[in-house]
Amino acid sequence: MGNKKKKIRVLAAKPGLDGHDRGIKVVALALMNSGMEVVYTGLRQTPTQIVESAIQEDVDVIAMSILSGAHDYLFPKVMELLKAKGVTDMLVLGGGIIPDEDIPPLKEAGIAEVFGPGTVTTDIISYIQTHAPGL
Amino acid sequence: MFDEKNQASLAGALKKWSEAVDQKVSKRPERRPEFINTSGIPIKRLYTPLDNPEENHADDLGFPGEYPYTRGVQPTMYRGRFWTMRQYAGFASAEESNKRYRFLLGQGQTGLSVAFDLPTQIGYDSDNEIAIGEVGKVGVAIDSLADVETLFKGIPLDKVSTSMTINAPAAILLAMYIVVAEKQGASPQQLKGTIQNDILKEYSSRGTYIYPPKPSMRIITDIFSYCAEHVPLWNTISISGYHIREAGSTAVQEIAFTLANGIAYVDAALKAGLDVDKFGPRLSFFFNAHLDFLEEVAKYRAARKLWAHIMKERFGAKNPKSMMIRFHTQTAGCTLTAQQPKNNIVRVAYQALSAVLGGTQSLHTNSMDEALSLPSEESVQIALKTQQMIAYETGVTDTVDPLAGSYYVEALTREIYDRAYAYIKKIDEMGGAAAAIEQGYVQREIQDSAYAYQREIEKDERIVVGLNRFHIEEERPKNLLRVDPAVRNQQIERLTKLKGERNDESVKNALAALDRGARGEDNLMPLILEAVRSYSTLGEICDVLRGVFGEYQAINTLG
Repeated sequence: MGNKKKKIRVLAAKPGLDGHDRGIKVVALALMNSGMEVVYTGLRQTPTQIVESAIQEDVDVIAMSILSGAHDYLFPKVMELLKAKGVTDMLVLGGGIIPDEDIPPLKEAGIAEVFGPGTVTTDIISYIQTHAPGL
Repeated sequence: MFDEKNQASLAGALKKWSEAVDQKVSKRPERRPEFINTSGIPIKRLYTPLDNPEENHADDLGFPGEYPYTRGVQPTMYRGRFWTMRQYAGFASAEESNKRYRFLLGQGQTGLSVAFDLPTQIGYDSDNEIAIGEVGKVGVAIDSLADVETLFKGIPLDKVSTSMTINAPAAILLAMYIVVAEKQGASPQQLKGTIQNDILKEYSSRGTYIYPPKPSMRIITDIFSYCAEHVPLWNTISISGYHIREAGSTAVQEIAFTLANGIAYVDAALKAGLDVDKFGPRLSFFFNAHLDFLEEVAKYRAARKLWAHIMKERFGAKNPKSMMIRFHTQTAGCTLTAQQPKNNIVRVAYQALSAVLGGTQSLHTNSMDEALSLPSEESVQIALKTQQMIAYETGVTDTVDPLAGSYYVEALTREIYDRAYAYIKKIDEMGGAAAAIEQGYVQREIQDSAYAYQREIEKDERIVVGLNRFHIEEERPKNLLRVDPAVRNQQIERLTKLKGERNDESVKNALAALDRGARGEDNLMPLILEAVRSYSTLGEICDVLRGVFGEYQAINTLG
């Protein structure tokens, strides 16, 4: 192949207990169709499982989605566990129904960007393409 | 009604008209080269009597309250009484929910609808580590009978009807309800209500499954059979297309996958030796009211006709009540925009109107702020008032099935019927709904539709007002409803107290009996009732069943 550039690898993850996976699946399909490699965790992943999968799959990006309101606990928990494992170079994104006032504390915890309802997938793709580590 | 001579002359005239219009269109094109609805059905420029050539009034439509029920399940529909306005709500704790329910009953409401939090729906107690961050978030947290006693304190369960959105642990919540009623002095024979209890759509669309399909279907048929004898007025299942549609399906897929699931439940019940006319009348359904107004109206009509045919012809039902599809409707949460949230009031109104013109038995209207958070009190009120305006002000309720006879609506009703039937045939060939879900077929169909829908929005082929066109600068709403995180600690305190006070011996015995029963073939309901009476917790009961049945491992349908 002429294109030697490494493909961006993304872990699409559903932390928490809610089963709303329409959004994460649509985003995952869009990322795949843009040429990224996407690993989808399935539902009900604990922060520990997400961090383990991310390390094992050697991804550049973690994209998480929650619609139950548990983001305020679970997103920072993922960041905390990543840090404890010494992982500091992964781009971590959040999505779902996240009230505006929750976004600053999530960013402080290390979530790079939060994408709410109405986001177009091309915005997520170009965000990842410009911000993914090692590019 | 429409003889051959008239037909030929109309066909001639239509041809002439179409040719003339085509000429004009070649110079000044229509908005789109072709019009296709969300189900992939091509929409013609004009519908005429020619689109309903084999129209046979009796076979296709019938009269309201008569087979095949296309025009409605009751003879007088809303001239008799309006649909039940049933708003789904649940508050973080049993005390708060109880206060709210008593207030609503004081206002003259007779039906309650209980939302449970996710740990309850997946069979975990509030003190489980996996529940951190989720306790009380999307509904009330229930850990044991004690919480249900609090939930319904002072509410006469022989008088109200209660709908519970609970699936995998439905048997446990129903058992708790029965025991609380007994303690109040009410007999199970008097109890009215619904448990959702529809596990198949949890695997394909909603995600709150616990056990694999086979034991889950056994629990469901155990409930059917127990209730037929002991709780005869209870709706033992609400077969739900709502969540299938929310997950991204089309209208045709919603009907097809829901009725295919319905067929699977009937098959399972027949296999368990039940009589179709005993449990058939207790099957209820739940549909989504989406954006394409006339397609939705046609969808409900097609669903009624298709289920009537299935029950009568496939399963040999004799009781007309077994053939009637009685359904609840909720407006489509997935169509609400976070942008310009007040626009959602209007979307919800149109969607609710389609459900009423489609003949729903009960209705939940969404609140405008649901794309942002849990709804505020004000927005819940507007949502309810929307229903009241349709009922009392619009006049659409004064005659039965007012859109019948529209050339388009009748043609669309038949088209949706045919396309849904074709899906059901395909699912039959795959071995039925459970097999189709285990193979990932249903999930793939839904996710492909969801992706296609999103692509259409992003390519501006589908316009969402305020989202991809007609923007305005706006300030984002503030002070959204939030759940107090202290709920989890309160719930854990109660649980610890309960475990200190209950009789450990009877808990142990009840759980051991349940374990033995689950390994055998006895009906699980009496064993679950015993476990509930001993104040075994929801998590303990589910753990016993997890130990015997195992847990469902979802198939990955991406890639």
